[in-house]
Amino acid sequence: MTGLPPAAGPREIYRIDWLPGTDVLHGTCHCGREHTAQDPVEMWEWMLAHPQGHATGEPRGNGS
Amino acid sequence: MPHMTAFARNQWYVAAYSHEVGRELLGRTILGETLVLYRTEEEGTPVVLHDRCVHRRYPLSEAPTRLDGDRIVCGYHGFTYDTTGTCVYVPGQKRVPRTARVASYPVVEQDSLIWVWIGDPALADPQSIPRAGHLDSPGWVTVRGMEPIDCDYGLLVDNLLDLSHETYLHGGYIGTPEVAETPITTEVDEGAGIVRVSRHMDDAECPPFYARSTGIEGRITRWQDIEYHAPCLYLLHSRIAPVGVLPEADGSDPNGFHTEITYAITPSGDGKVYDFWAVSRDWATEDAEVTEFLRGNNHTVVMQDVTALNLLQKTLGSERTGYQELSINIDTGGLAARRILARLVEQGEKPVEKVQ
Repeated sequence: MTGLPPAAGPREIYRIDWLPGTDVLHGTCHCGREHTAQDPVEMWEWMLAHPQGHATGEPRGNGS
Repeated sequence: MPHMTAFARNQWYVAAYSHEVGRELLGRTILGETLVLYRTEEEGTPVVLHDRCVHRRYPLSEAPTRLDGDRIVCGYHGFTYDTTGTCVYVPGQKRVPRTARVASYPVVEQDSLIWVWIGDPALADPQSIPRAGHLDSPGWVTVRGMEPIDCDYGLLVDNLLDLSHETYLHGGYIGTPEVAETPITTEVDEGAGIVRVSRHMDDAECPPFYARSTGIEGRITRWQDIEYHAPCLYLLHSRIAPVGVLPEADGSDPNGFHTEITYAITPSGDGKVYDFWAVSRDWATEDAEVTEFLRGNNHTVVMQDVTALNLLQKTLGSERTGYQELSINIDTGGLAARRILARLVEQGEKPVEKVQ
């Protein structure tokens, strides 16, 4: 009933879950890499730095 | 230092509700552009023109400017414009200067909303307008209103993307302790420019807004699923049910109460925004008492936001040396929205036109 028609091309989805019972944010980039942080500003910085710091084999960040 | 979010041009914005536009001239300002809205006599098609007569800049939305059929006659010297904004009559002479025209704006009427394209008309694609079908679908009842707020539109986006403020600002209406306490998930669909923020409360107090309208006694399962189609349309899909009552395995949900809360966030000028709000339900649709209760209660809630945001804008404007904010987990969605808006602003920017 609502929303836009499906966008053409691959969808770029960023997702951030605030893990219940904790202060931890768990982020998943559209490339599939994951990251945890306790600060949304830092989380978005990591997310939007893609592809920097998102390649396989690079150490996963753990913000704080 | 007034708080100011740049405007995103080349976008569709809600200028009015359908019922507001008729044979009376209606003035609205969007992204600083003054507009006059009316409907044609026979077809009832909405028309949106620049709200300044080309002659001496008289506002065409103001009396004694009037409609003559589908033409608009300036109330100052009689310059007359057709629905395309072309001047077809000037007083006292036969020759109408070729430059005598006011801008006309692409307009789409959909879902009981009048959408206007602000930007390059050649880029206007009606297919890109997000839908809010519940606003005028059979089986749904909607209460609605519009409040102008003297604040930067970014403050209203912040407000709506972080519903934890319900607990404090709207306690006793829609806020309960669980809203602020429950973690959220945030999802950004980059290509579509959509931010989704979800907060699912498994066992929450039922706020008066829902307790008195649905008749549910006791605690509830309460879901809030936000879908923000930047820059203008905000949808909050609300589901409440007695605690533990979930949708059926086949996806049907006969025991849940679904309410669609819609906002159109339309920047008017610097530090000014139109707050279009609507509450739609597909339950108790015949109950006029519920309708009036929701109308009054939600209007009160909106006015609590209006008061708070007017104050916040003034407060930010009185900061002499700038200020810093502090963001925490509840702000994850709001930060995402700000970033999407910044991208849309950048995309909509174009070289400054020379003023003749």
